[in-house]
Order: sequence, then C-alpha cells, then structure tokens
Amino acid sequence: MNLRDIAFKNLLRRKAKALFVLAGLAIGVSTVVALISFVDAMTENINHKLEKYGANILIVPKTENLSLTYGGLSLGGVSFEMQEIREQDLIKIRSIKNAANVAGLGPMVFGVVNVENHRVLLAGVDFEANWILKPWWKIDGTIPGENGVVLGSETAAVLGLNQGSPVTIKGRQLIVSGVLKPTGSQDDQLIFMPLKTAQAVLNKEGLVSMAEVAALCKDCPIDAMVKQISDVVPGAKVMAIQQVVKGRMEALAQFKKFSYGVSIVVLLVGSLVVLVTMMGSVRERTEEIGIFRAIGFRKSHVFKIVLLEAGFISAAAGILGYITGFALTKGAMHFFSESGGASIQPSLELVGGALALAVLVGLMASVYPAYLASRMDPNQALNAI
Amino acid sequence: MSYIRAENLSKQYGSSDAAVMALHNMDFTVESGEFVSIMGESGAGKSTLLSIVGAMNPPSSGKFVVDGIDVYRLGSEKRTDFRREFIGFVFQSFHLVPYLTVVENVMLPLTTVKVSKKRKRVLAEEALDQVALAGKEDRLPSQISGGEKERVAIARAIVNDPPVILADEPTGNLDSTTTHEIMGLFQRLNQEGATILMVTHSQDCAAYAKRILRVSDGRLVEKDI
Ligand SMILES: Nc1ncnc2c1ncn2[C@@H]1O[C@H](COP(=O)(O)OP(=O)(O)OP(=O)(O)O)[C@@H](O)[C@H]1O
Ligand SMILES: [Mg+2]
Repeated sequence: MNLRDIAFKNLLRRKAKALFVLAGLAIGVSTVVALISFVDAMTENINHKLEKYGANILIVPKTENLSLTYGGLSLGGVSFEMQEIREQDLIKIRSIKNAANVAGLGPMVFGVVNVENHRVLLAGVDFEANWILKPWWKIDGTIPGENGVVLGSETAAVLGLNQGSPVTIKGRQLIVSGVLKPTGSQDDQLIFMPLKTAQAVLNKEGLVSMAEVAALCKDCPIDAMVKQISDVVPGAKVMAIQQVVKGRMEALAQFKKFSYGVSIVVLLVGSLVVLVTMMGSVRERTEEIGIFRAIGFRKSHVFKIVLLEAGFISAAAGILGYITGFALTKGAMHFFSESGGASIQPSLELVGGALALAVLVGLMASVYPAYLASRMDPNQALNAI
Repeated sequence: MSYIRAENLSKQYGSSDAAVMALHNMDFTVESGEFVSIMGESGAGKSTLLSIVGAMNPPSSGKFVVDGIDVYRLGSEKRTDFRREFIGFVFQSFHLVPYLTVVENVMLPLTTVKVSKKRKRVLAEEALDQVALAGKEDRLPSQISGGEKERVAIARAIVNDPPVILADEPTGNLDSTTTHEIMGLFQRLNQEGATILMVTHSQDCAAYAKRILRVSDGRLVEKDI
C-alpha cells in the first residue's frame, strides 16, 4: 500500500464525484480537441484547394490596354504593340529570397494565329512546368516535341483535328500530338505548343507574355514573394491569385480566435467544476485526513494524495475528451466540407496535448483543495482522540 | 532523565471570552516501559493531555520532551515524522478509514515508509495476529463488530512497533470479556517493552496499569496510586 493506492481506492469509493470531475474536464478537453482538429482540417482543406489551384502568382506585363483575358484575369493586350517580358528576367526568380518556395515557374507566350481559316489564340508553354502548374491537365496523346501541338478540346472540335493530324501554322508544318481533355477553362479554346516553337512562330524569340508561378507551401509568405518577384522582374505586374483563398483564410483565422475564446471559457468552467468538487470531497474527508495526519502522514503526503486523485481522473478525462472531441469533429466535417475534401486523422500529438491539457487543468484546479486538505489540523479533525 | 517529561504544561482552547483552560501547569514524568492510566471526570482534560503527549496538539505553554526530543520545538513535518515513529494511537472512536479493508487500515502507518508492499502486508498480518484477528484481513470496517474494530485500531497502533502507545478509552463501549482480552493485550505489549498511556473511566482497566495519573479540572491531582 502506498499513496497511489489510497488515492485510487478513494476514487473508486466516490465514483459519483469522480465521474463528475471526469465529465467536467472531459467536456472541456473535447471542446478544445474538436475546435483544434476542426480548424486544422479546414486549414488542410483550404491548403489542399490552394495547391489544386496550381499557379498562385501571375506575372504579366505592365500595360494599360486590355484586350484579352486568361483564367479570368485580365492580361495585357495581345496585340502587336503589346509589351513583353524578357525571358531572361524570369531566371532571376530562381534566386529570390523565398526561391525555395517556388515549386514551378511557367513562362507563356501568346499570339493570335490563323489556322484553317479560324483565328485562334496560340499559347507557347513549358509542358514540364505544367505538371505542377496545371495538375488537372490530362492529354489524350503525348506531350508535343519541337514540332508538335496540343489542342484544346473545343479547338480540336472546331478545327476538326485530332491526334496525329498535320496542321500548318504560319507556314510551319506541325503535328497534333495530343488533345487536351475538357478542363472547363479557357484552355479548351487554345492551341498549345512548346515555348521555343511558339516564340519562333510568333517572332517573339526571348520574350514571354506572362508567367505563372506555383508557390506550393502552407503559410507561404505570398505577399513577400510577390514583392520579391516584382523587384527582380522590372516592367512586369506581379499578382497573387489569392483573393478567394485569402478570404477564406481570414474567415478561418476569425474562427480560430473565436474557438480559442470558447476553449478558454469551457476549460475555465471545467476547472471550476474540479475545484468545487474537490473542495467538497476534501471537506467530506476531514476525519480520514485527520487520521492520516495523526498516524504520521506529512502535510506533503496528504497534498500528494489529493493531487494524485486529481491526476488520475484528469488523465482519464484527457483520453475521453480526445475521443469525444475527435468524434465530434468527424461529425462536424460531414456537414461542413463539400465533397469530403477534408478528412481528419487521429493525431498522436493531439492525444498527448489533450492528456497534458487535462492533467494541467485538473491539477491546477486541485492545488487549492489539496492545500486545504494538507493544512488540516489532526487534533481538530479528529475532534478528540 | 525520564523518558517522557512534561514541564509546566498548560493548554488554553480559544481566546479571550471563549477561552477554556483545559490544562493548568502540569508536571509529570513517565519512564520507559511504564504502563500508566489516566483517570478523571468528563471534561477534566484527559484527551487534551493525551493529544499533547501524542505530538499533535501544541500546548499553550510548557515543555514536553520524549526521549530527549523537545517535541513541540520540532517543525510541523518533523513532528509528523515523530508521531509516525514514536507514537501508536488507539482512538476512542476507532477512526478506521471506511473504504480500506482491515489489513489496509493496519498498513496505513507504513504507507509513507520505504518498505516493500509485501513486507508491509506481512507486518500488518503479524499485527492482526497479535490482536487475534487473523482471517478477517479483507473485510471492510463496516463488516466487523465494535470489539473487532477496536482490535484493528490497536493493530494499526502497533504495526510499526512504536515505543509509545496511547489509548483513549479503548474499552469504552465493549463488554467485560472483550475489555479484559484487550487489557490483557495491552499488558502483553507493555511486557514486550512498550510505554503505554491509557485514558479510562474504569477502575478495572486502571488496575492493569502500574500507575494512575488522576486529572481533575485540568490539574494533576494524584500521580501515584
Ligand atoms: N478543540 C477544543 N476547543 C475548545 N475547547 C475544547 C476543545 N477540546 C476540548 N475542549 C475543552 O477542554 C476541556 C477538556 O476536554 P477534554 O476533551 O480533554 O476532556 P476529557 O477529560 O477527555 O473528557 P471526556 O472524559 O468527556 O472525554 C473541556 O472543557 C472541553 O470542553
Ligand atoms: Mg476525552
């Protein structure tokens, strides 16, 4: 028999009180766990979307006259007097401060060409970079070689061309190496070819019309990167495709603050429940504590017994709170996430965190009752030996 | 030098208007291995005296020494250690812990001692053997009789072999057969070397002791038979 046994036996005897403390703490902890994992899952969800977005920074020439849009964003006019970006300026992007966060860089050149008596927008792209920039692209066929082109699905239909068809653009003999599966974007109406070929076809050697940058990372300092890129690419306008995402992030940040507030309040209530229950329990046990003290338990031993009891329940409350909180989040995600984009995984860190939180709150709320217990005078507690 | 020495002990409960003078300038000594009974009318101050001897009730003035240790000059935790090592209490109303079994109650004074669990259990069983309670180790206090509770209380008082045993009316509510059994037990413990101070109202019980301290109205009126 040791102090731990005594603490444990007392808990078993006062099951109702123990359960009350357990519930008080577990509710607090599960709320915190639910809020944290919900916020985490939503953040994950948004980051996931952000990554699916592909390019999240656009570099376009600084120009006033707008005559063309791409991807819902106004581009400088694709006209003969249009300003272009020098391809060699883009290389400097690889050496900005946050270069490590640049996952992909896709220069593009645009020009209008006549194909089979249709005016079509021609885009020269870096097909390699596109794997990262446009991960949703699926090509029926192969990536074009130097003299190959890929047609947007609508372009292919309008021109009546498919994989393997020869096509002549500005007097150049080219081959359709593949057709882009419908993307639902403007890409469906374009003709793509390797950047070098397009530059040659459009007489824009060494020039690009715009460039896409994928900054794939959580919490990327996008604004800083935009600034850094502007600094190294003069004469270009650098923009972050962030409005939508940013809005959501801000909403999430608000919710995060709110959930911290709720967590604190719930934990405070939980610790009050612990405090009041433990005070009552200590008072009820006056005689028993008197006996302990009289037969040679030090004040510190009595203090320890009370804290051990609190520790046992708190640890149980931590585990229970985690399980409940996790289940709550799972439930909530069903309602809040579209198409089940976000899923939550049990996290060992959060289990540990919940455990630590419960024990910390439980112990802190029990310090005063434990102090009162340890301070009891054995003679008075026993009234008379 | 006597083993237990009380010099000019006074105890006042409360203060000013509500003050009760429970003990007045008491002087007495007890030698090691003595069996002393304390008698006196109700409210005389017997329990107060015993609690002072038991190192858990600081006197208002005076000095109390056991084995050369000035008990009330020890710090609070040290005095607790002194209680654990020197004193075995048998409380008037048993004061068993209701949710601990008989053997666990007996083991209580060993809880904070650095001894293996097994050894603690052996010591507790030996103590229960001494009070003829072997076989009832795993009962709860609510499942044994008054006389048996008394004996559990005695077993708990002797489990760590303290040199001093204090008992406050240990047979107050027991029949005469059980009373004599318990007195016989005290006598045996005394023969084995324990110093015993026992409060009692009964002449029969007092007769087991070698000496009687008579208390009246907080004063020692007679130190010897
Ligand atoms: N904690 C206390 N606070 C105030 N007065 C007390 C306290 N304990 C005892 N007294 C008073 O001190 C006096 C002595 O009490 P004590 O309990 O020592 O008597 P006793 O001789 O043991 O009596 P009994 O035979 O009835 O047990 C009594 O007048 C009692 O009312
Ligand atoms: Mg009394």
